[in-house]
Amino acid sequence: MTTTVPRPSGKLTVRDRLFRLAETVTTPLLPEDYLDLVAPLRSGAALRGRIVDVRPETRDAATVTIRPGRGWRGHTPGQYVRLGVDVDGVRQWRAYSLTSVPGRRDGLISVTVKAIPDGRVSNHLVRRATPGTLVQLDQAQGDFVQPATAPERILFVTAGSGVTPVMGMLRAGATGSADVVLVHSAPTPADVVFADELRGLARQGAIRLVERHTDTDGVLGVAELADLVPDHLDRQTWACGPVGLLDAVEAHWAGHGVADRLHTERFRPTVISPGAGGTVTFTRAGVTVGADGGTALLDVGEDAGVLMPSGCRMGICFGCVVPLRQGAVRDLRNGDVTTAVPGDGVLIQTCVSAAAGTCDIDL
Amino acid sequence: MTAIQKKPVNPIAHLTAEDIETLGRELDAIRDRVIASRGERDAAYIRRVISTQRRLELGSRAVLLFSLFPPAWLVGTAGLAVAKILENMEIGHNVLHGQWDWMRDPKIHSTTWEWDHVSPAEQWKHSHNELHHTYTNVLGRDNDLGYGIMRVDEDQRWHPIHLGQPLWNLINACFFEYGIAAYDLELGRNLRKGRHKAPEFRARARAVGRKIRRQFLKDYIVHPLLSGPSFLSTLAATFTANLIRNLWSHSVIMCGHFPEGVETFEKTSIEGETRGEWYLRQMLGSANISGSRLMHIMTGNLSFQIEHHLFPDLPSNRYQEIAPQVRALFAKYGLTYTTGPLPKQVASAWWKVIRLSLPDRATPAASRPADDLPTPTPALAEV
Repeated sequence: MTTTVPRPSGKLTVRDRLFRLAETVTTPLLPEDYLDLVAPLRSGAALRGRIVDVRPETRDAATVTIRPGRGWRGHTPGQYVRLGVDVDGVRQWRAYSLTSVPGRRDGLISVTVKAIPDGRVSNHLVRRATPGTLVQLDQAQGDFVQPATAPERILFVTAGSGVTPVMGMLRAGATGSADVVLVHSAPTPADVVFADELRGLARQGAIRLVERHTDTDGVLGVAELADLVPDHLDRQTWACGPVGLLDAVEAHWAGHGVADRLHTERFRPTVISPGAGGTVTFTRAGVTVGADGGTALLDVGEDAGVLMPSGCRMGICFGCVVPLRQGAVRDLRNGDVTTAVPGDGVLIQTCVSAAAGTCDIDL
Repeated sequence: MTAIQKKPVNPIAHLTAEDIETLGRELDAIRDRVIASRGERDAAYIRRVISTQRRLELGSRAVLLFSLFPPAWLVGTAGLAVAKILENMEIGHNVLHGQWDWMRDPKIHSTTWEWDHVSPAEQWKHSHNELHHTYTNVLGRDNDLGYGIMRVDEDQRWHPIHLGQPLWNLINACFFEYGIAAYDLELGRNLRKGRHKAPEFRARARAVGRKIRRQFLKDYIVHPLLSGPSFLSTLAATFTANLIRNLWSHSVIMCGHFPEGVETFEKTSIEGETRGEWYLRQMLGSANISGSRLMHIMTGNLSFQIEHHLFPDLPSNRYQEIAPQVRALFAKYGLTYTTGPLPKQVASAWWKVIRLSLPDRATPAASRPADDLPTPTPALAEV
């Protein structure tokens, strides 16, 4: 929207010169603002995608297939993509694991979304999203992936939609010829996402599938793993699911001194009990609001209409980092307090930081 | 509210302090209902307007490449004028008000938007959103009184220079965007006070200079050059489109706070002003324009000036929807909802400029004729 785009240094190509000429005609807009009207997925555009299909998986999960823009650089099985979806007119960013095989011939990608209670974006995608809708995309990210050479023995511990990155790996054959065990929890057999596909893989002997139906069998206790998968501590393990499961798994593996064999993926920060909040000033936007100690500054800013950079919203991608000019913030995951005195520009992650006093944020 | 109290009939004498606060709460409730229901429909609206505007502008400029042919000149000029009006009024003004910030779309946000206007968005937002909307119609604070060359209120002393103000106003109307840029720079005041060498002023003046250069290059050099043999006719077309846009926006803006029936306020009257009193000042200090849906869009819904001044940051497509509720509150509280068709309001505003170019007749204030009510300050930066 602004004409003050950074100029590439060095020699200008013919294309660059043409764009500069075009800019003199389109100012104050950029040529891309006009091109976006007709070709939003072209190469060189901000990365977007168009939903081409929404297919129900279970009563509250659906696979959303997307044609990404030309700038999409592909992904590694197990990685996630951030989607910017307009829900009730408001752009919301969320991260979802990719469940499609990389490099599909038709160029499409897919994510599988489970509608969580009060989940604005997940419910929208599962129940209301329609083919043809444009969504914003980021390049795939995440290190919840298989190493270059697959281990010989692999354990996946998943629950609910936590199976999605694992499905991405299994579909892509990322586990090679390894001996794979998947322990998956879901409330009922009907709630198992990809149930047919997983059970099919198990029948073929590609994986050993341990389904846990928590409505009837209760929540999986980490100690039960010793019976279900006796050699679980010897396996390279990837775990993805709710915070409680991951905390228990991490403690279990660490307790046995084999934390290095465990890889986890979290979609939500573990939030400790909040402290007192404070008044937050977004200095450049000229907005001052009160914030409680349990709400991430990202949410506080967005609710106040400030254009906040954002990313994974769980404290891992650093897409939301902004300078704290003065004041104190508390890390919602561990309670650590970060302070800044005037003149400082301490970089904070707004998605996992809440006010712990008066804050001036340079935004 | 001293300026009002000078009037033979004080329009708010019948309201108690409690009435005014109740009125404020009723207006808050209207605002809350709109905010609670803001959503996909509104987002689709502004995206449709932006998309239409861009297609229209591009199409018109393409047609103007062949502007040597008179039909192409006519069609292209008309299309470009409409596109520029839409861009400034329904899109630029309202986006820069933050009316669409709630969408969190960085492409349609008050902090990233730049408009087809010689005043840089940043400077305009300050003088318009912060000064004009805060101090609406407060004498000496709603900060222009015709750049010191126009007399627009009886309380200003007459000077022979004011004889020329109908002409100044006409010139301002033709080059309105430059007038606004000068207003946003507070050019007159800064020159008078010798502040033109201050670094802060110079930086802002340079920003305006850059913006003018870019706008000028686009409309008067590159686009005509691209037209080849149609160079001169395209130049005339872009000039005409800018002229039409300037005259139109100047007219709409004059109608907002200028016609008879709109009140002004004195500085002391807003000290310690409550929310209810602030609302009341906006209600009495603004005037609407009646007309068709197309007319409302072309004015950027500033034809709902009263609703806009009450709720400057609500999406513009909602002003029309809440207007009946707002009007009902005017009736309930015995206030006058000033509105009229565009020609009538423009004539009323111009008549005031002409009338006040002459010295007052030696009549005591209390016995002024009915059309000599206290006048508002013009809001020259209202686009």
